[in-house]
Amino acid sequence: MLSFVVRRLLLLVPVLAGLVVLLFAWLRALPGDPARALLGQRATPASIAQVNAAYGFDQPLPVQFVTYVGKLLRGDLGSSSATGQPVLQSFLDRFPATIELALAALVFAVALGVPLGYAAARRAGGALDSLLVGGSLLGVTIPVFFLAYLLKIVFSQWLPLLPTSGRQDPRIDATHVTGFFVLDGLLTREWDASLDALVHLVLPGIALGTIPLAIIVRITRASVLEVLGEDHVRTARAKGLPRGLVSRRHVLRNALLPVVTTIGLQTGLLFSGAVLTESVFAINGIGSYLFQAISQLDYAVLQGFILFIALTYALVNLVVDLLYGVIDPRVRLS
Amino acid sequence: MALLEVRDLSISFPGGSGRGSALSKAVDGVSFDVEAGQVAGLVGESGSGKSVTSLAVMGLLPHTARVSGSASFDGRDLLAVPERELEGVRGREVAMVFQDPMTSLNPVVTVGTQITEVLRRHTGASRRAARDEAGELLARVGIPAPVRRLREYPHQLSGGMRQRAMIAIALACSPKLLIADEPTTALDVTIQAQVLELMGDLVRERGTAMLLITHDLGVVAGLCDTVTVMYSGRVVERADRHELFARPRHRYTSGLLASVPRLDAPRGQRLQPIPGTPRDVIGWDAGCAFAPRCSAADDACRGTELPLVSDGARDRHLLRCAHPVPDQHDQHDQHDQHDQHDQQERSA
Repeated sequence: MLSFVVRRLLLLVPVLAGLVVLLFAWLRALPGDPARALLGQRATPASIAQVNAAYGFDQPLPVQFVTYVGKLLRGDLGSSSATGQPVLQSFLDRFPATIELALAALVFAVALGVPLGYAAARRAGGALDSLLVGGSLLGVTIPVFFLAYLLKIVFSQWLPLLPTSGRQDPRIDATHVTGFFVLDGLLTREWDASLDALVHLVLPGIALGTIPLAIIVRITRASVLEVLGEDHVRTARAKGLPRGLVSRRHVLRNALLPVVTTIGLQTGLLFSGAVLTESVFAINGIGSYLFQAISQLDYAVLQGFILFIALTYALVNLVVDLLYGVIDPRVRLS
Repeated sequence: MALLEVRDLSISFPGGSGRGSALSKAVDGVSFDVEAGQVAGLVGESGSGKSVTSLAVMGLLPHTARVSGSASFDGRDLLAVPERELEGVRGREVAMVFQDPMTSLNPVVTVGTQITEVLRRHTGASRRAARDEAGELLARVGIPAPVRRLREYPHQLSGGMRQRAMIAIALACSPKLLIADEPTTALDVTIQAQVLELMGDLVRERGTAMLLITHDLGVVAGLCDTVTVMYSGRVVERADRHELFARPRHRYTSGLLASVPRLDAPRGQRLQPIPGTPRDVIGWDAGCAFAPRCSAADDACRGTELPLVSDGARDRHLLRCAHPVPDQHDQHDQHDQHDQHDQQERSA
């Protein structure tokens, strides 16, 4: 088990190294000039040259690359050409907000998706099943930004029940320890702050979680249908086990394998969706940061961000592989 | 009164496409008994309806199946009791061993849990007591190092071991009736004999009745007290084992017996299959379903429905045939003629 984890982590090294090279090349191939993007239309050649010199953009690309890798190896992701702030610090400030949002979306998608998918499979062909299958088709196709704006409009104009922007009510004087607001409230026993942060997550979580929800409903439904037809479920029923136990132990556990894989693959989707969701709901996370970085061709930020995402993606899928072993002894890793 | 009395059991499934009234009949008016403590064999080719019959008794058919008739077990009609009550019967009073041990056990649950869950469900045993009991059961079905095996998963066991574990699960609550649906078909030939012997021993020592479903007359010969032969959803012949093997009367039964390969047959002798396939049938209401494959079939076999009746004076031998195989004496004559014929050919 431990050696498996270590091996998988070591495998990350060549992957990340390749990514660093590609990223560097791709970003430089983008049209536009970071100094001009930063200084605007009326920049003088002298001021452009000054910015280029300050960030090393005047050096030949190989030199820039070597400098970049050298810093990276020392844990320095560079500084934003737009704000001048160190990229790593900005990430650490903003990452918790994004993670919190992604977790909220994931909890929403899994907690609702698995039971709905199961219910649909149990009544396959029935009215509820048709409704859920149709609904999930709608859920997969609805764009995140559209749903986000829709929710925001509905809940700010007509149904002012839930907060539609930010992470916390500014009137609450909350202490922040980790940057995860819900957790912070629990740690400092400021229950109202924790609850308020949670309430702020509801709408963004739904907006971001709807596509994963729809996918999980469909995968769970298909998977449960397949397992229901398997011989061992018949055996379980032949033992006279009550329906609930058959469902939990014999159907769901087997059916969850593809669902868990899907959840791992949703990580990328959650990050790309977070960019849009955070912009709509005014959440100061990585997404909104990236949004600015793209428009300003902020190389250091983009490179750092994508590396971060790649690392997160790989780690999440490592966890998924380990979870797989927990659920299915046949793939247990020795 | 027999332990299990199946009467006039008919099962049909909605046919392929459309939601019309098209039903395909899998089992048609089947009746048979399983006496307490006895082994009853249910024999037939694939598609003859024998497995569906057993699933109907267990209440394990898909909801789309239409079932009529009765299956009275210990005075209770299993086809009529509500699902809740049936759950209390399944596993405790009637248990089942399935054909394929590779797929019949849950791959993600330990063997131990799969045994203890049935014990805990029906006997209310504590976790610990059930665990001990499960170990003893595994030991009894001949699995070495049973305590270690309890913690293992089905994929860590060989096919034969898994079927032994299935048997342990089925017998865990000492049921009155064990239904075994092709219990050895998926196993290696060498393992088949061991597993059959084990099942025979276990049901004998516990006084459990068994309904053994198989297409293999060799299996029947070793274990069963009575044999019911099914063809295309109906019973075509039933007799006590010795009677059936000595005097098969239905052409289908005799065909099955003739097609069993024999060790004492002369070298190079070809197997004698029944011509045609089980799909070459006509409806039972239009005569004998076996007629298209039967060498003795004539107009008497077509057009009228044939009843299942006693074979002459032997009232325990039932038969549904217009032209049964001639009785043993005639058969001997035929054989003698055959032998003479062979000898003449050889000497010529």
